Amino acid sequence: MDSVAPAIAVTGLRKSFGDHVVLDGFDLDVPAGTTFALLGPNGAGKTTAVRILSTLIRPDGGQARIAGHDLAAEPDAVRAAIGVTGQFSAVDDLLTGEENLVLMADLHHLDRAEGRRRVAELLGRFDLTDASAKLASTYSGGMRRRLDLAMTLVGDPRVIFLDEPTTGLDPRSRRTMWQIIRELVAGGVTIFLTTQYLEEADELADRIAVLDHGEIVAAGTAKELKRSVPGGHVRLRFRDVADLDVAARAFGEGRRDDETVTLQVPGDGGVRALRAVLDRLEGAGIDPEELSVHTPDLDDVFFALTGHITAKETAR
Amino acid sequence: MSDATTMVRRNFRHTLRNPGAMIMTIALPVVLLLLFVGVFGGALTAGLGTATQGRGYIDYLVAGILLMTVGYGATTTAMAVNRDMTAGIIARFRTMAISRASVLTGHVVGSTVRTLVSAVLVVAVALLLGFRPGGDPLRWLGAFGILALLTLALTWLGVAVGLAAKTAEGTAPFTFAVQLLPFLSSAFVSPDAMSGAVRWFAAHEPFTPIIDALRGLLLGTPVAGYGLVAVGWCVGLALAGYFWARALFRRDPR
Repeated sequence: MDSVAPAIAVTGLRKSFGDHVVLDGFDLDVPAGTTFALLGPNGAGKTTAVRILSTLIRPDGGQARIAGHDLAAEPDAVRAAIGVTGQFSAVDDLLTGEENLVLMADLHHLDRAEGRRRVAELLGRFDLTDASAKLASTYSGGMRRRLDLAMTLVGDPRVIFLDEPTTGLDPRSRRTMWQIIRELVAGGVTIFLTTQYLEEADELADRIAVLDHGEIVAAGTAKELKRSVPGGHVRLRFRDVADLDVAARAFGEGRRDDETVTLQVPGDGGVRALRAVLDRLEGAGIDPEELSVHTPDLDDVFFALTGHITAKETAR
Repeated sequence: MSDATTMVRRNFRHTLRNPGAMIMTIALPVVLLLLFVGVFGGALTAGLGTATQGRGYIDYLVAGILLMTVGYGATTTAMAVNRDMTAGIIARFRTMAISRASVLTGHVVGSTVRTLVSAVLVVAVALLLGFRPGGDPLRWLGAFGILALLTLALTWLGVAVGLAAKTAEGTAPFTFAVQLLPFLSSAFVSPDAMSGAVRWFAAHEPFTPIIDALRGLLLGTPVAGYGLVAVGWCVGLALAGYFWARALFRRDPR
């Protein structure tokens, strides 16, 4: 039963560079056919984890099995099962897009006809057909990233590592990348991706692990992670401080802020809780200027777990 | 084996795509040949005295220019290997189930062929300029053999330098060495005409016996003991380059 055996199983992975501990007892399981996101700020150890799991560097300790093969004992079997697309595109600048893909087809020992068919299909699927005869050095960032991923897919990998697949891409290219990743998962592939964008993990991943200073500080679905931290509230803004006073007395709890004339009342944002808030406002005889429901997002989660914030997205 | 063939093909494509590499390995030695024959030829012939053995300066010069050709080729290889390392394509190859060293084999075979082609071109231009080799085909074959061995040696050294350097600029000392050492050898003038320490250095550095052997074989003059010394240096440098490159490549990448 392939769907039950984890595609990636890691226990106690450790890695240091000199005195600097990069990974400190790293455990995780990724079921086959799912998407796993390793979330963390720059320098958390995400890329090191990918480099170890993709056989590029050796860990100092711990075990890992990828697609059923032991990382240390059968690296070539692992390599045959995986595909890796790194943070900085590893494409051959002196070859055209098509030649890059043919190079991969040759290295996977596809016969000529099969290789050509596969290359043409990937060029079409990644919207690179028109640029196929141009040198990769002339490609835009988004095109390079698509070519990079297309090269990874030539060998039909069962497990794909994506190291920050959308870092540095414009919003449109990012959407395209997300769509491609979703289609891969629909085709039964297991995805291990790293990201510093909370939104990306939320959008793509079945399960998320938060990595901070080489340790996984929390893991679960996006929903579970959000539930694990307090922070859900209803925010009420009033016309003046007099109204705010009345409301604060009526609720007896919550956090008031005189400057913005707002009151934050704890609540999960459900209909029942919201109705209770409205009933109490009516009982006190006041109307707020504005009411907004705030559910905790992964930013709150990250802050609550690590005490510092992640990289904020600016390219919105 | 088929992975290595794929990598050699990749390397040939690169050569065609990268005019800089073409100029470096093919045009530059030819330019150097023209420069030394046309500009310095007359003056240097006078200075060489008996070393020309009554022949023209070009007959003396060709062996040295061939060595420069091999040096330029190795320099190009060092930069190409370094680009592969820093651009991350070698990292991609390492995560694939392919023959590990195939990418290096591709560089070495590609570079050796490229260099030998430019060597043939250099000889052709030299013939047009009046170069008249002596000896017999067997000796020319010997000259080709030494040239091929030297190419292999400097190319493996170039590969190791490319792997060791953190950036393209890091290959500069190697470039400097392979371009400067021929001037401090018997390539252009006889070491007998040099002064003190320089003469001692020129007489003992590896390029001098290699050039002397090459020259002897091309012109049909006695090779004496140079032949064995030349082959010894080439094999030694080749092994050093090969094992250095292998150790660097086996190491975990940064």
